[in-house]
Amino acid sequence: MNRRVWRWLIPLSAIPVLALLAYGFRVNPREVPSPLVGRPAAAFTLTTFDGAPLSLEAQRGKVVVVNFWASWCYPACYEEAPVLERNWRRYRDRGVVVIGVDIQDTVEAAQKFIRDFDLTFPNVRDATGKVSVDYGVYGVPETFFVDRQGRIRAKHVGAVTDEVFRRHVDRLLGDTAG
Amino acid sequence: MIPEVGGGAAFAALALAVWGAVAAAVGGRTGRVALVESAQHAALAVFVLVTACFALLTYAFLAFDFSVRYVATNTNLGTPFYYRITGVWGALEGSIILWTWMLALFTLLVILRHRESARELYPWVLTVMLAVIGFFLLVMTVAAPPFERLTPAPANGRGLNPLLEDTGMITHPVALYLGFTGLTVPFAFALAALIAGRVGDAWITMTRRWTIVAWYFLSLGLLIGGWWSYHVLGWGGYWAWDPVENAAFMPWLTATAFLHSVMIQERRRMLKLWNIALVILTFGLTLFGTFLTRSGVIASVHAFTQGTIGILFLSFLAVVLLTALGLLAWRWDALRAQGELDSIVSRESAFLLNNVLLVAATFTVFFGTVFPLLSEAARGVKVSVGAPFFNQVNVPLFLSLVFLMGVGPLIAWRRASPDNLRRNFVLPVAAGVLAAAAFFTLGVRSALALLALALTVFVAGTIAVDVVRATRARLRMGERVLPALGGLLLRHNRRYGGFVVHLGILIITLGVTGSHAWSVQTETTLRRGEAAELAGYRVRFDGLTATEESNHFKVAGTFTVSNGRVVGVLRPAKKFYPQEQSPIAYVDYRLGLKEDVYLVLGDFARDGSQATVKVQVNRLVSWIWIGGLVLTLGTLLAILPERKKAA
Repeated sequence: MNRRVWRWLIPLSAIPVLALLAYGFRVNPREVPSPLVGRPAAAFTLTTFDGAPLSLEAQRGKVVVVNFWASWCYPACYEEAPVLERNWRRYRDRGVVVIGVDIQDTVEAAQKFIRDFDLTFPNVRDATGKVSVDYGVYGVPETFFVDRQGRIRAKHVGAVTDEVFRRHVDRLLGDTAG
Repeated sequence: MIPEVGGGAAFAALALAVWGAVAAAVGGRTGRVALVESAQHAALAVFVLVTACFALLTYAFLAFDFSVRYVATNTNLGTPFYYRITGVWGALEGSIILWTWMLALFTLLVILRHRESARELYPWVLTVMLAVIGFFLLVMTVAAPPFERLTPAPANGRGLNPLLEDTGMITHPVALYLGFTGLTVPFAFALAALIAGRVGDAWITMTRRWTIVAWYFLSLGLLIGGWWSYHVLGWGGYWAWDPVENAAFMPWLTATAFLHSVMIQERRRMLKLWNIALVILTFGLTLFGTFLTRSGVIASVHAFTQGTIGILFLSFLAVVLLTALGLLAWRWDALRAQGELDSIVSRESAFLLNNVLLVAATFTVFFGTVFPLLSEAARGVKVSVGAPFFNQVNVPLFLSLVFLMGVGPLIAWRRASPDNLRRNFVLPVAAGVLAAAAFFTLGVRSALALLALALTVFVAGTIAVDVVRATRARLRMGERVLPALGGLLLRHNRRYGGFVVHLGILIITLGVTGSHAWSVQTETTLRRGEAAELAGYRVRFDGLTATEESNHFKVAGTFTVSNGRVVGVLRPAKKFYPQEQSPIAYVDYRLGLKEDVYLVLGDFARDGSQATVKVQVNRLVSWIWIGGLVLTLGTLLAILPERKKAA
C-alpha cells in the first residue's frame, strides 16, 4: 500500500522544477533598468525631416515620449509606429508630445517609413549618433518617457503597445507635484 | 500569396496531425487496423504539407519577398545566396519549421521501418510522434507563424544577424536539430512500451540505432557549435557554459548515459525503470532546451525573441513530464528489475557508476543554468554562475568518466576475477603512470593536466590491449594482420565502433586539456611596423584596409606572423553592419596540430597608424575537431547492420 502511494512521487517531483521555470515569466525582460531613470534627460537639438529644428528643452512643461527607431527595424518599429501615431493624436491636446528619433538610417528609407505610416508627430534624424549614445540606446526601438520637469521616468525596450504608452503617460500626466 | 498558402498548409497539417494521433491511439486500443492506416496516411500528408511550407519559405527568401515579415526580418538585398538559404532557419519561426519537418521525416522513417516489426508498439509510437509534431505545428500556427504578412512591404529587409553569416551556421542547427528530433523516436517507443505494457527489451532493441544516430548528430551539433564559437565569436574559446550551450549539452549527457545503460538491460535484464526514466529525461531536456532558447526566461547570447511561445513550450514540457512519469509510476510493478548486482567489481557496476556520474553532471549543469532563476525567486537578485562553477564541478566528474571509459569495456560481467583485472589493466595502468612521469619530466606541472594525460593514455592502452589480443586470436586462426583487424572491426562492429567513439572522445579530451593548460594570450597596441612577441611568434602590424562588402563595411588589419620564418599574413577585421549597433569581430587564424595562432582586431586609429590586437596561441585545439571526425567514423561503424557471426 505504502509503495503504491510512494511511486506517484516520481511524476510529482517534476512540479517544483516546472514551477521554477514558470516563475521566470514573472520577470519582464522588456522593462530594462536604466541608470538614466530619474535623471534629467540629455538635451538635444536636431532637425526634423521637414527641415525645422527641434529641441527637447523647448518641450519643458510637457510630457515627452522620445522614441528611437529605424526604418530597417522589423518588426518592432513597424508594430509600434501606428500605436505611437494613434496615441499622439489622442494625447497631444493634453500636453503630451511624441518625438521620433531616427538612428542609423538613410534619409530616403526613413522618409518612406514616415509616409507609409502617415506619421504626423515630429521625427528628427540623429545623423551623428550622438543622441543615441547620450541615451544609452542599445537597439531599436527604445522609448524614454520624460516628465514635465525634463527627467527620464521610464525606459521601454521593444515595441510600445497602447497599454505601455497609456500606463506611463497617464502616470506622468497625473504627476502634478514635483 | 505566399503568406496565405503557407499559413493554410500549416493549419491543414495541424489538423491532420491531431487526427492521426487520435486515430492511431483509438486504433491501438481497439485493434482497428483501418484507423492505424488512416493515421499513417495522415503522417504522410503532414510530411508533404510541412515540406511545402519549408519550400515556400525558402522560395520567399530566394525571391526577396519582403511582404513576408519573417523574410524582411532576416534578410536584405545584400544577403549572399547561401545565407538566404540558411536564413530560413536563422531565427525562431523558421527554426520551428525545420524542426517540425525533421520530426515529420523521422515519423515517415519510423513508419517505413517499424510498420511490420513493432506490431504492438507501433500505433502508440505513431500517436506520440504525431502528438509531438502537432505541438510544433501549434507553435507554428499560433505563437510563431513564419508566414505572417508585413504591410506595407518594405523596399529592403533588415538582414540576417551577422554572426550567423558563417558556414558553421548552415550545419550547426541542422545537426543539433537532427539530434534533438531524433531523440523523439526512442522517447516515442519508450512511451509506447509503457502504454502497451510491453516494457521488455523490444523497444530498446528497436531504437538502438535511432538513439546512436541522434546521439551522434547531437555530438556533431555541439562540436560545430564549438567550432563556430571559436572562429566567429572571437573570444578565443569554444565553450562558455552559456545557457543555450548547456541546454544542448544536458540531453547529450543523459543520452550518453542511456546508450550505456541499455547494454546492461540487454545483457542482465536490469535497469528497465532507469532506462525509461533516462529516455523521458532526455526528451524532457530537449524540450527544456527549446524552452530556454525561445522563452527569454534566462538571458543568453543565443536567445531568440520572447513571447507567448515560452508559455506554450513550458505547458508542453509539463504535459510531457507529468504524462510520461505518470505512466512510469503506473507500470511500476512491471518495471522492477529481474537481475541483481553480483559484485562491485564488475562491468555492471562500472556502467552504473558511469550513469550516476553522467546524471550528476546533468544536474550540476542544470542547476548552474537555472541558478539565476533560483536566486531571483529566493532572494530577489539575479545572479549568474559562470564558467568557474561549471569547470570546478564538472572537471572531476568528466575525468572520472574518462577513467571508467577504460574500465567498463574490459572488465568482466557479474564479477571480475583478479586474473581478469590483471590481464586487462596492468599494462594500461603502467602506461598511464609512465606517461604522467614522462610529461612531468618534460615540464608539465599542472596536476590536472597530468591526471588528464595519464587517464587518456590509460584508456588508449585498454583499447590497444583489447584490439591486440583479439587480432592475435585471429592470427592464430591463420588470418593475416590487416584482414584480421578488418574482420574484427566489421564482425564486432558494435563493440569496436564503441571503441573508436571512445578514441574520438579521448582525442577531444586531449584537445580540451591542452587548450586549457597551455594556451597563452596577450593584448597590445601596435604602431605600424611594430611587432608583438608571444610564445616564439612575432606579430607585426602592417596597416589597415577598408572595403565595402555587399551588406557591410569592413576594416581589416594586416599582420605578418613569423617564428623564424614567415608563417603567414593574417587579416583580422571588424565588420560594420548598418543594422547593428556595434561592429562584429572577424577573427583570423592559422590552425596547426600543435597550436593555433589566433588574432582578434581591437580598436584602431582611423588613419591606420595604430591598432590594438589580441594575439592568442591556443594549444592542441585542432584535436577537438579531429576527435569529432574519429567520433563520426566510430558511429558509422557502430550502426552498420550486424553481420551474421561466422561459425
